[in-house]
Amino acid sequence: MTNFAHYSTTHVSVKNLVLRWLLYAVLALFAFYYMLPLFVMVTTSLKSLEEIRTGSLISLPRDVTFQAWATAWSSACSGIKCEGLRPYFWNSVIMAVPAVLISTFIGALNGYAVAQWRFRGANLLFALILFGCFIPFQVVLLPMARLLGQMGLAGSIPGLIMVHVIYGIGFTTLFFRNYYVTIPPELVKAAKIDGASFFRIFFSIFLPLSLPIIVVTIIWQFTQIWNDFLFGVSFSEAGTQPVTVALNNIVNSTTGVKEYNVDMAAAIIAASPTLLVYIVAGKYFIRGLTAGSVKG
Amino acid sequence: MITWFEKHMPKIVLAPSFLIAVIFVYGFIGWTAWVSLTRSRLLPRYDLHGFIQYERLFDSARWDTALNNLYIFGFLFIVISTLLGLILAILLDQKIRTEGVIRTIYLYPMALSLIVTGTAWKWILNPGLGLEATVRGFGWTDFSFDWLVNPDKAIYTVVIASVWQASGFVMALFLAGLRSIDQEVIKAAQIDGIPTWRIYTSIIIPSMASIFLSAFIVLAHLAIKSFDLVIALTGGGPGFATDLPATYMYTMAFSRGDLGQAASSAMVMMMIIFAIVVPYLYSELRAKHD
Amino acid sequence: MAPILELKGLSKKFGALDILKDINVSIEAGEFLVLVGPSGCGKSTLLNCIAGLEPISGGSIVIDGRDMQNVSPKDRDIAMVFQSYALYPTMTVAKNITFGMKVRGVDKALQQEKLDYVARQLQIDTLLDRRPSQLSGGQRQRVAMGRALVRDPKLFLFDEPLSNLDAKLRVEMRTEIKKLHQKLNASMVYVTHDQIEAMTLATKIVVMKGGVIQQIGTPAEIYSHPANLFVADFMGSPAMNLIPAKVKKNGKGTQFIIENKDRDDLILTDRHASNLPEEIVLGIRPEDIGDSKLQKHNHDQVASCLIDVLEPAGADTYALMLLGGVEVTARLQAETSAIAGLPMDLSFNMDKVSYFDANTGERLN
Repeated sequence: MTNFAHYSTTHVSVKNLVLRWLLYAVLALFAFYYMLPLFVMVTTSLKSLEEIRTGSLISLPRDVTFQAWATAWSSACSGIKCEGLRPYFWNSVIMAVPAVLISTFIGALNGYAVAQWRFRGANLLFALILFGCFIPFQVVLLPMARLLGQMGLAGSIPGLIMVHVIYGIGFTTLFFRNYYVTIPPELVKAAKIDGASFFRIFFSIFLPLSLPIIVVTIIWQFTQIWNDFLFGVSFSEAGTQPVTVALNNIVNSTTGVKEYNVDMAAAIIAASPTLLVYIVAGKYFIRGLTAGSVKG
Repeated sequence: MITWFEKHMPKIVLAPSFLIAVIFVYGFIGWTAWVSLTRSRLLPRYDLHGFIQYERLFDSARWDTALNNLYIFGFLFIVISTLLGLILAILLDQKIRTEGVIRTIYLYPMALSLIVTGTAWKWILNPGLGLEATVRGFGWTDFSFDWLVNPDKAIYTVVIASVWQASGFVMALFLAGLRSIDQEVIKAAQIDGIPTWRIYTSIIIPSMASIFLSAFIVLAHLAIKSFDLVIALTGGGPGFATDLPATYMYTMAFSRGDLGQAASSAMVMMMIIFAIVVPYLYSELRAKHD
Repeated sequence: MAPILELKGLSKKFGALDILKDINVSIEAGEFLVLVGPSGCGKSTLLNCIAGLEPISGGSIVIDGRDMQNVSPKDRDIAMVFQSYALYPTMTVAKNITFGMKVRGVDKALQQEKLDYVARQLQIDTLLDRRPSQLSGGQRQRVAMGRALVRDPKLFLFDEPLSNLDAKLRVEMRTEIKKLHQKLNASMVYVTHDQIEAMTLATKIVVMKGGVIQQIGTPAEIYSHPANLFVADFMGSPAMNLIPAKVKKNGKGTQFIIENKDRDDLILTDRHASNLPEEIVLGIRPEDIGDSKLQKHNHDQVASCLIDVLEPAGADTYALMLLGGVEVTARLQAETSAIAGLPMDLSFNMDKVSYFDANTGERLN
């Protein structure tokens, strides 16, 4: 950290103390700002509709009730069906897990090929693959919808998996390439002399030392894919929607009374996997976020 | 003997991904560009008709609103997120004891789906039962905060929610940058008697130029792609008041069945991003070659 | 007997750039060839070409009678030790050493046998279960050599293996490599930028600069008869004194007239020299300039020189003076009577002198 303490006066002046307290106060204020929505979501989800109407936004629930959660999970209405989030939650799981694993594996092989096996045009190839990260996906929405229709994958989960893999390869390749570029090329030379082939070197030598970047990539990909809405809403139909689409349907459904507590419970359910991943492995998540941006 | 296979293995391995990029990125962009030059409605037609779709696009009042919103929203979102992120990073850089916890709190919004964010803020900013009601409950009975349903003010709610989502990330970027600054320079400045705030403004902030750039690129990207948040928070409404190019495109593509408009609006989005990202990438690649 | 390694007309281009030009070297089995030169001279590239890790643009590489065109590194019967050792970081020492055998499908029992033998040879048998990150620099070196040894190759290639070690360790490991060479009588090609390593380890030295061979010879030849100014200056420590001189023929032989600071020109005579141009560079090593009172050689020439600086270095004292406009070093005894700032009579051993053309730098005698 920028070490100002080094040359400041050694005795604790009143001014310094006041400034310190001010600093902590400001930080706490912002902490409230960031925690507010989560707090509101949780408390609202535990209140009865009655209490919501009569109470205030930020008050703690008088009588804690989990009714809204039960509804959100198994009986909330998203469009015509009223099955809650459960089936859609599993849709997201079935969609996200293969997509994350496949795109990560392909990215690893790609990054390895580009970083450790210099050949003419390697960097150009990398740039062309990387470019996919930067486009707004609106620009591929239409042709993709047509193609999925022609392939008979329209509105299917395998179709969604395919889409997420295709557009995830740019990021995963970037992550692995930046990581493998820091490994000295002598390692491959030594392995070549030992007689190892391209794939042997990858599986026996590079993959075992890739654990940090594999974790970062998986967390990043999982967060992106689980939280995606655009592809989900464009390429799925009533039974195959991911949880983000179902959540939006529940919240924005025009039928019946607005059940704010159910909405909040549903939002938390939808957010919980990525939130959990963040809490458990947040350090790696941050590393993933800053991987491409700061040093490039 | 070195077989042809072994010699070209790296290229063979990269070929599928390259092919995927060629078809699904460049090919698809080409397709969309082509369709944007046709009279396609519900179904795509491939006979070219010049730029009529773009003319229709820029004649449309709704697109006008969408673009306008993009400028307002984009500008506010980028500026406020950057300032907030910078300030928070500077504050956190002051040897805080609970830094890890605080950083986790500031950053967790990035882990959430924008649908979740939109849902939460939609509830908080709910004119009957949300913030307005609460503050009124505190005694300020005249307090009104109906921005969510106010056509003129609704776009600002999108700003509030998206700043909440992204400022933590900007903070993380700046914090990393602050920490990579050479301490010797700071010490030299202190010996010279320069006050702390001045050190920040004259030395530290200017040396983080590249991070400002990175943050700008990422935020601009997020702003232009903003779709999920608007759908969840306002649905594009009231009316079209919070429409953005992304929502306009989606409506044209899947509700209105006007593929020509959908394609042309998508291409315009693409070109806006291009205008920002390409110079950045070019300068980055040039810098690496030096 | 056929040479173990023959490089004929080897060249390598990178685009329009010449990295290696017309390299011709050959060594017999059991020789220790050192490629030495400053950074960027192409020595590492040449080693990589011999190993098959880099393609060549022209010429040929022949190892033990086999032409290596289109032969992949693993089939060249070579082993290589790298500067950074390049040990597989996630494998134990034992696995590092046996990896190559595993890839080649060598029988497990044989693998173990070879591993044990090599581990004992290099005294790393207690380290077999450790990971590279748990080893010291010297231990990693030995593991890298173990990996090479276990291949039983025709040729050992070393790419600056000692550059990453601290000075003391470097000297120790250098001796170990030399002992290994003698024990195995193996053929080795060794790359370094350190001319001391080259001189102590080699049976044959190739001095390179800018992709071109400057001289090939034994350490003794390189030391006493450098082929040009570059080799004279680069090899040997402290460096050879290279003094500009004017040449005049007279009855006694050839006279060399050297500017002497604030005094009359220094004149040295060589009876045996002949056919030299008017201006040359005279090369003489510090140990060949000494206290005239201790003069022992027939061909010593004595001259009075003004000593600028004295540098005591333990066993010797080096005296610096300005001759011919160039700083010249003489090696004197530790208890020398020389005093900085005062002149002294020094003797120059003309038997060991080298003459170089002032323009081309080529050796003239």
